[in-house]
Amino acid sequence: MERTAVKHKTGFWDVVKSLGSGLSLTWSHFLKAGNRRTPEYVSDENYFKQKDGLVTLKYPYEAIPVPDNGRYRLHNEIDDCIVCDLCAKVCPVNCITIESVKATEDIGTTSDGTKKRLYAPTFDIDMAKCCYCGLCTTVCPTDCLTMTPVYDFSEVDIKNMVYHFTDLTPEQAEEKKQMFAKQQEEMAAAKAAALAARKSNK
Amino acid sequence: MLAFLLTLMLLLGIVIVLAYAERKVAAFMQDRMGPTEAGPYGSLQAVLDVLKLLQKEDIVPAAADKKLFKLAPILIFAAVFAGFAVIPFAPSIVPAGIGIGVFYLLAIISLDVVGLLMAGWGSNNKYAMLGAMRSVAQIVSYEIPAGLAILSAVMICQSLDFQEISYQQGALMNQFPGMEYDMNWLFGIRELGINTTTIGGITTWNIFRAPMLLVAFVIYFIASLAESNRAPFDIPEAESELVAGFHVEYSGFRFAVLFLAEYSMMVLVSLVAVVLFLGSWNTPLPNIGPVSLAYWTTGTVGELSGILWGVFWLLSKTFVLLFLQLQVRWTYPRLRVDQLMHLCWKVLTPIALGVVLLAGLWRLLMI
Ligand code: SF4
Ligand code: SF4
Repeated sequence: MERTAVKHKTGFWDVVKSLGSGLSLTWSHFLKAGNRRTPEYVSDENYFKQKDGLVTLKYPYEAIPVPDNGRYRLHNEIDDCIVCDLCAKVCPVNCITIESVKATEDIGTTSDGTKKRLYAPTFDIDMAKCCYCGLCTTVCPTDCLTMTPVYDFSEVDIKNMVYHFTDLTPEQAEEKKQMFAKQQEEMAAAKAAALAARKSNK
Repeated sequence: MLAFLLTLMLLLGIVIVLAYAERKVAAFMQDRMGPTEAGPYGSLQAVLDVLKLLQKEDIVPAAADKKLFKLAPILIFAAVFAGFAVIPFAPSIVPAGIGIGVFYLLAIISLDVVGLLMAGWGSNNKYAMLGAMRSVAQIVSYEIPAGLAILSAVMICQSLDFQEISYQQGALMNQFPGMEYDMNWLFGIRELGINTTTIGGITTWNIFRAPMLLVAFVIYFIASLAESNRAPFDIPEAESELVAGFHVEYSGFRFAVLFLAEYSMMVLVSLVAVVLFLGSWNTPLPNIGPVSLAYWTTGTVGELSGILWGVFWLLSKTFVLLFLQLQVRWTYPRLRVDQLMHLCWKVLTPIALGVVLLAGLWRLLMI
């Protein structure tokens, strides 16, 4: 496309005209201030049709919905988590901290039928460190670690940015640990007994 | 004393409305919503702002010239507020009806400049100093076209009394002592043979009595924007380069007073424009034959109806001008210093001189 220089117009009437067109522009916006943009999703028919009126929303009360497949705050459905530690391993910024305790009894299955064998006394995600890469959600074998469409979760104290997903209280966790230790002891004792028995049989 | 308090209350009320309107108008022109949280539609925002300012600590910079720094806001506000003393609010209400009101107003408003310079110098801050210098240069320059524009109105009216000027611009003219037999003619010219003395309304406003006063009005309006440091003539307080100009060091109550003075100045210059050019407290509706709209919307002089109608028309015309000031602020970019001075000395002043000359000739035709 050929470009031509914009000729700069000066002269009294041109100035008056441009002043007038400036005023009429702001005036027309002022008149259309009765209309307001409605908070609807981008796929809505109306989304691109709202050319006039106020474009801002009263944010905490209204917000334009965000796409589902975006990168927002993580959520772990701890009931479905098998505590496999994959997410913690893949995380590029090491913001997931998992501590696991083996279960002594049967603790059921996840909703997709995978057997759960571990308790998670600690399952912390530090959202302040998270870079929202989404790798953890990809590797999660039971799809329990997902991103939710929540993006407004700033905190006054940075400590509150660490989210705790465990469903065990510290006492319960301690109890599970002791149960596991006891079972280990019993197994060790049983083993030792079996070994002794085998020896004496010889 | 009563007049003082009433005027102060009225002024505070107008300024609060204006501060709120400023934010809302700005927001609407920029497709935003403006304040929405405080009160219905954010209407308490300006009140809360004032409350917030009053609670703030009053900081005086260590290196400031303490006396000047403390005195400046009071002087600035006093100068602007004193100007309201001569504004007639209704046919029978004028806080101080002195015969040389126009002269007094011009003189007392010039005091404002001294206050600005005190504030800028006293703050001992580069930005404040620069802002004050610019402000003084600007106000002193623009007083000339503004003064000439006012002068042409005064020449047409042959009076320095705001109340007399007001009476001349309406159907009540013959009720003013000393003007019982004066007459208004369309466009001020007797030869046209159309007597508008009893028609009143818009036909007797100064801009119609002498059409060249329309030009004077435009000149006065532009110059008054500069005198109240409003955009597009806001280089004295250009937020983006000087932070806030002369009041950068002020906080709390003193800042509130400066803020009040600034908005009062806007109101005052608009009031003066209305009184001198746009028919003062007179109704814009003319008497048409038996349908005496002008009398119906004027009330009786000295009674409550007259006061209410007068205040209503004066304030509504003032608010139209104030709205224009806001719109201009949110439409035009700021002028450079050289453009500012060019506009004042090479455009407005020569035109204003021409208008004064024309007004003098017109007055000869009007007799
Ligand atoms: S989204 Fe990325 S950074 Fe955040 S927790 Fe998952 S793997 Fe770590
Ligand atoms: S990858 Fe999924 S299942 Fe494994 S520990 Fe992380 S959240 Fe739990």
